[in-house]
Amino acid sequence: MRLNDDEQAMRDGRDGPAVAKAMDLLVRYGEALGAERLVDTRNVAGTVSATTPFMRDFALQKGGMDAVFSEFNLDSAEVVTIPPVKVFSTHLQLGFDPQQPARMGVAEEVINFYRKGEGYTAGLGVQLTNTCTPYQVGNVPTRGEHCAWMESSAVIYCNSVLGARTNTEGRESTGAAMLTGKIPYWGYHLDVNRRGTHLVELDIDVLSTFEWGLLGYWIGEIVQERVPVVVGRGGSFAQVPNLQRLKHFGASASSSGGVEMYHLVGVTPEAPSVEQAFGGNRIVQTLRYGAAERQAAWDKLNVTAKDREVDYVMLGCPHYNLEQIWEACRLLEGRKVHANCSLWIFTPRAIKAVADQNGYTKIIEDAGGVLMSDSCSAMSRAIPKGTRVTALDSAKHAHYLPAIMGVQAWFGTTADCIDAACTGRWNGRLA
Amino acid sequence: MSDVAETKIVIRGRKVVGGVAEGEALVTRDRVSGWGGIDPRTGTIIETRHELRGVSFAGKVLVFPGAKGSSGWSNQFHLTRLMGVAPAAMLFNEMTTKIALGAVVTHAPAMTDFDVDPLTVIATGDWVRVDADNGVVEITRR
Repeated sequence: MRLNDDEQAMRDGRDGPAVAKAMDLLVRYGEALGAERLVDTRNVAGTVSATTPFMRDFALQKGGMDAVFSEFNLDSAEVVTIPPVKVFSTHLQLGFDPQQPARMGVAEEVINFYRKGEGYTAGLGVQLTNTCTPYQVGNVPTRGEHCAWMESSAVIYCNSVLGARTNTEGRESTGAAMLTGKIPYWGYHLDVNRRGTHLVELDIDVLSTFEWGLLGYWIGEIVQERVPVVVGRGGSFAQVPNLQRLKHFGASASSSGGVEMYHLVGVTPEAPSVEQAFGGNRIVQTLRYGAAERQAAWDKLNVTAKDREVDYVMLGCPHYNLEQIWEACRLLEGRKVHANCSLWIFTPRAIKAVADQNGYTKIIEDAGGVLMSDSCSAMSRAIPKGTRVTALDSAKHAHYLPAIMGVQAWFGTTADCIDAACTGRWNGRLA
Repeated sequence: MSDVAETKIVIRGRKVVGGVAEGEALVTRDRVSGWGGIDPRTGTIIETRHELRGVSFAGKVLVFPGAKGSSGWSNQFHLTRLMGVAPAAMLFNEMTTKIALGAVVTHAPAMTDFDVDPLTVIATGDWVRVDADNGVVEITRR
């Protein structure tokens, strides 16, 4: 790897030992990739928190949160003093909702330790957005902007919808990027890797958020980590998909596969036409999506579901935005969550503040549900006690939660899920 | 040694993380998931439909196509090192940011870009010596 004078000075210790450790890690990581150089970034989305008992014990034994940052964000066993971050950095989702720990079964001492850590994180200048959807709470990169983001559903949104540039970074590389403003220039930072590989032609219109989730799940399973180019039925999309639809589409495709970048012809910024989306690439495979493929995706997502008595409905993966909370409230208004069922909805804390203000939190609570923030059931491994059967409107959660928690999962529309919460029974089907 | 005939195969590749290590091979054709795919306390693969579900890679030379899944990959393998259950070495074919960073923070020798696909010449149970510094993998059939 070639370092410029500024990068070499950081590596040599000009900006202190923590920055030197960060640069050392970036060089080791860049060489592992086969990258030739680093690129400047002013936008990081990562995690530096300690929300598990293991991390708390590690901090207590090794020297506090500086020790956690040194080991888990810089790959340094030597504990170095961490300076404030150099570039704008937003924090991803946590291992629990710090405002509702009891509900999630989190021990008091873990919460107390977390609160100290929260002060530390804010002191470094990391923004406590605590969400898997930085782009919903003000971190909206510009087209072409080089970023260093973690979280697969955020990475795919950043690359595909916003046209900004990031690879799927990890906890250590985002920590190093926060302190240096650098990340390896590799993968999706380069034009050549952003071009399409697979053509997907739609034989049916894909309109609702639910349908976009099915399509994403089907595509991801086939193309794995390649770059799909999707063309609407008859050459254009009947309706331009909005944020919640593309959020669900990307989260699905990056769960069944490892998709980090896609193109929707006529919609996403690097795909004004099929030709431009492929940028001269040979088309590896042409796929068609119709009724049979849609059914196959639905079957896979519901493979764990057997029993129709639903114990737990979780909404908000990726974190709900205001439009989705509003929609859920309209479905919920005048109804009550069934005595044998729980309803938890997850959103970023900033959006929850508006939901509080708009009266949505009260509508949800009056119905017997809960609006939570900062986390989700897969991250926290927290579900209501005794849950055997869940209902989810997120393909990503339907993919992960049964594996992580050993529960059954029904996947359906938001309306199906709200109905399950209020009746305690799953009546959803593929219409 | 014994009267059992031993065959030695040598393949060459590119260093991802330097160092020399040897151990028994654990080979899978399934990609490996980090977060939600392994238990970092035991080094065991936990993914529901993985062919190595329930098998630990602790101290083994892990031979696999590459990484998949969440961006928590590196952190989960980082944890295996701290828990003393990391693989002895990693040999893989597909380069991604997940696996590059994960290999770096695991600190075990790691290699990729081989002249011969390691999945075709290494079998579980073979004894494998990985000299990542020199880009050489020596396989002894068991």
